[in-house]
Amino acid sequence: MDETLDTTLNVNGTQVTRRIAARMNLVDFLRDELDLTGSHVGCEHGVCGACTVRVDGEIVRGCLMLAVQANGCKVETIEGLSDSGELKKLQKAFHDKNALQCGFCTPGMLLAAQDLLKHNPKPDREQIRAHLSGNYCRCTGYQAIVDAIEEVVHGKG
Amino acid sequence: MKAASFAYAKPRALAEALELLARPGAKVLAGGQSLIPSLNMRLSAPELLVDITGLEELRGIRLDKDTVRIGALATHAEVGRSEVVKKHLPLLAEAVPHIAHPAIRNRGTIGGSLALADPAAEYPACALALDATLVATGRKGERRIKASDFFTGLFETALKEGELLTAIEFKAQKKDDKSAFLELARRHGDYAIIGLAAFASNGTRRLAYFGAADRAVLAPNAAKAKDLESAKAALEKDLQPPADLYHASQTKLHLAKVLLERAWTRL
Repeated sequence: MDETLDTTLNVNGTQVTRRIAARMNLVDFLRDELDLTGSHVGCEHGVCGACTVRVDGEIVRGCLMLAVQANGCKVETIEGLSDSGELKKLQKAFHDKNALQCGFCTPGMLLAAQDLLKHNPKPDREQIRAHLSGNYCRCTGYQAIVDAIEEVVHGKG
Repeated sequence: MKAASFAYAKPRALAEALELLARPGAKVLAGGQSLIPSLNMRLSAPELLVDITGLEELRGIRLDKDTVRIGALATHAEVGRSEVVKKHLPLLAEAVPHIAHPAIRNRGTIGGSLALADPAAEYPACALALDATLVATGRKGERRIKASDFFTGLFETALKEGELLTAIEFKAQKKDDKSAFLELARRHGDYAIIGLAAFASNGTRRLAYFGAADRAVLAPNAAKAKDLESAKAALEKDLQPPADLYHASQTKLHLAKVLLERAWTRL
């Protein structure tokens, strides 16, 4: 029962072990310990979705999970999912549709969008909006983002 | 902001968890979707977090005769996709998509939501409408608490120091039972402005409102009314919603009537 704990997790296919403070959030661990800075820290209380990562195949808020809670888990970030090509169609559609400006929300948007397509390959605009309701964008607004996801749904991406 | 430091333990057995929870400054960590924000904002500063997610006996959703028992650690996502819940607790199944957002539903737990007793949360109202029983386990054994006795105030419950909410038992909804779950929010997944979990069985209605008081509350007068118009009038006796930043008390009361009207034909 310590304030620092040995934690082992698999991040983007690589096993990592670190001794970390119990209070460290998963997203801070990824950014500060592993230099995986693609997952962003926005609100730090679960509202903005910029820190979205995948744990054991399901998307979670990286700021609402302690890194020690991910002990033994498989964690995937925007870096891993970009390298594997899983997000290729979405990334191209976001580019084509101008669905990003500053890019701060984009990693979280892509992970949330991919999660939607995994559970529901043919969502309508309403369902896309509902699934992304937990991800904030402060530049482009949501129209272009929904357009980009729709493009992939209709096989044009 | 970052959380203040704390110690962390992840017990593998319930007895061990209860032992740890008896220590001063100890707090339960389940899905963490409400606790971790409050730690990050330093609204809460426990000395020890007892992570109960390793307790297998707190998991699972199963039907025993006419009772659906949901382990406290069932996540909102698990409740939402459970065939048992879809078939036997359609009210609960209808409520789940309203809870926060997908990434939060993957971690947040039903036990955590009920034990926190947020007045704008969905599950407490469902538990009230369906007359659920909450199972609390302490070092002296198990205690069963009716939902109507469980929520005692703003973020206050009947759980005693060192007690852990371990399961929730719902009577399975019967074929002829009716239910409706309705919620108004400014954006999908936001905290409710006001919401209604309604249940009717053999001509008896139970109308549980959330976002309408310091806790989820039943509207007994409206539930007994003969027709919609008298039910709406009776709501004024049942509810005195506190205003929030954006909505006056009268607005909330009006919206409570709107929800009642929408639910009425389904009951």
